[in-house]
Amino acid sequence: MSNVPADLRYTRSHEWIRTLPDGTVEIGITDHAQHALGDLVFVEVPEAGRSLKAGEASAVVESVKAASDVYSPLSGEVTAGNPRLATEPEAVNTDPYGNGWLMRVRPAAASPTEGLMSADDYLKFLETEGG
Amino acid sequence: MGRQTPLYDLHRELGARIVDFGGWDMPLQYGSQIGEHHAVRRGSGVFDVSHMCAVDLRGERARELLRKLLANDVDRLKRPGKALYSCMLNETGGVLDDLIVYFVNDYAYRVVVNAGTRDRDLAWIREHARALEVEVRERTDLAILAIQGPEARAKTARLMTETAGRDALALEPFFGRELDGWFVARTGYTGEDGFEVMLPAGDAARVWRALNAAGVASCGLGARDTLRLEGGMNLYGNDMNESTHPFESGLGWTVALQPPDRAFVGRPALEAVLAAQAAGKTVPRQLVGLILEDRGVLRSHQRVLVPARGSGHAAAAADANAASAADGEITSGTFSPTLERSIALARIPATDAARVQVDIRGKLLNARIVKPPFVRFGKAMIDLPEAPR
Repeated sequence: MSNVPADLRYTRSHEWIRTLPDGTVEIGITDHAQHALGDLVFVEVPEAGRSLKAGEASAVVESVKAASDVYSPLSGEVTAGNPRLATEPEAVNTDPYGNGWLMRVRPAAASPTEGLMSADDYLKFLETEGG
Repeated sequence: MGRQTPLYDLHRELGARIVDFGGWDMPLQYGSQIGEHHAVRRGSGVFDVSHMCAVDLRGERARELLRKLLANDVDRLKRPGKALYSCMLNETGGVLDDLIVYFVNDYAYRVVVNAGTRDRDLAWIREHARALEVEVRERTDLAILAIQGPEARAKTARLMTETAGRDALALEPFFGRELDGWFVARTGYTGEDGFEVMLPAGDAARVWRALNAAGVASCGLGARDTLRLEGGMNLYGNDMNESTHPFESGLGWTVALQPPDRAFVGRPALEAVLAAQAAGKTVPRQLVGLILEDRGVLRSHQRVLVPARGSGHAAAAADANAASAADGEITSGTFSPTLERSIALARIPATDAARVQVDIRGKLLNARIVKPPFVRFGKAMIDLPEAPR
């Protein structure tokens, strides 16, 4: 059973989004996603200053068996990529909603999480997906 | 739904993630793929390889049949039980499959072929066997377990009767023999010591559970792939296939061109390849090992940029001619759990360079050419580059 924290927003491509007090957002991949990928061995995160469009491939997570793109759930400018993941990619497996965050983004829109799924909706989505 | 081995229900019960492999529903992993990999390097693990196929050949002309079908020469097998690794070629010298053949006696051999090619192999073998009146029997009644790792042999032998266990432990590397209804061979595909055991399908689940109870970890095809790549062993379909010949697949050592009068399938094509290379008409391609010096993961089909002979750097050659004949390709790549670096096998034009560059998502990363194996008996066999930052 996947861990899906109630205070986050979610996408159909299994990213999570947390709104931080300063209005920026933190983005990562869900527990379901890290479990499906298996042991992560390499993570490539975007550099600060890069501007992202919603739906754009913005990070790469690689497990032993395959590489997968992570899509930006919203448009904005990257304020930080998680530096820890260069030496500790397994943090995405062990703590996907904490130390395993991938990037922080200053959103272009005023209400950036509009249209993203709530925890309840994401859980229902996982059920319909057979996940 | 694909084909299933006699252990399919047990894999499900053990929580395996099941994937398609060559038309078979096989366990990819039971828990952590890296954990299963380390279990084999440091202790022991068991793999279900029942999707591979044991084929028994019987008849007065069985040896003649194999001397025609195989690029390696079964005449090298002098002692009963001895195993030989060989390619089976088509008429153009391409590799139809790689296999292991066990010498039972002059009139009986056992061949073990790959899952993805077993139907084609059987048809090919039967076609040639008919004229020589050799009986071809597909042993679908057998399951095959690979028990691998430094503790594997001792833990397997303890499940056998005292006499059979002692005989199993006395087997030399690359020998196999029938013991109490099991065929036990000291072979494997991991770079570690261990056994491959062929046993009645109905016994397989009980034996698997007994191995687990003895501390042998259940391991899936994911760990099998990282282990064999560290061990520098080819995977059919990735590293060679029917359109590549053994010399450009790191398998020249398995081709027996002596004696010169042995007319095996593919021989004329291979001799033509060697003649063209000797005359300087073609640049030979070779399968080499790569270890990545930068951060990233090597994967199959990534492009490899090889510096022109005697030139300075790969980038120069690449700029001059982006899609030049100097390009090679990764055939198998992964992250090596033992070395904590990315490693690969790559087919590249023959070169005197020590380094190449690999195109990973548009970035050119540096890799060093090394001679496989990367890991053997738990130890690194190559000098490691410094840990990339």
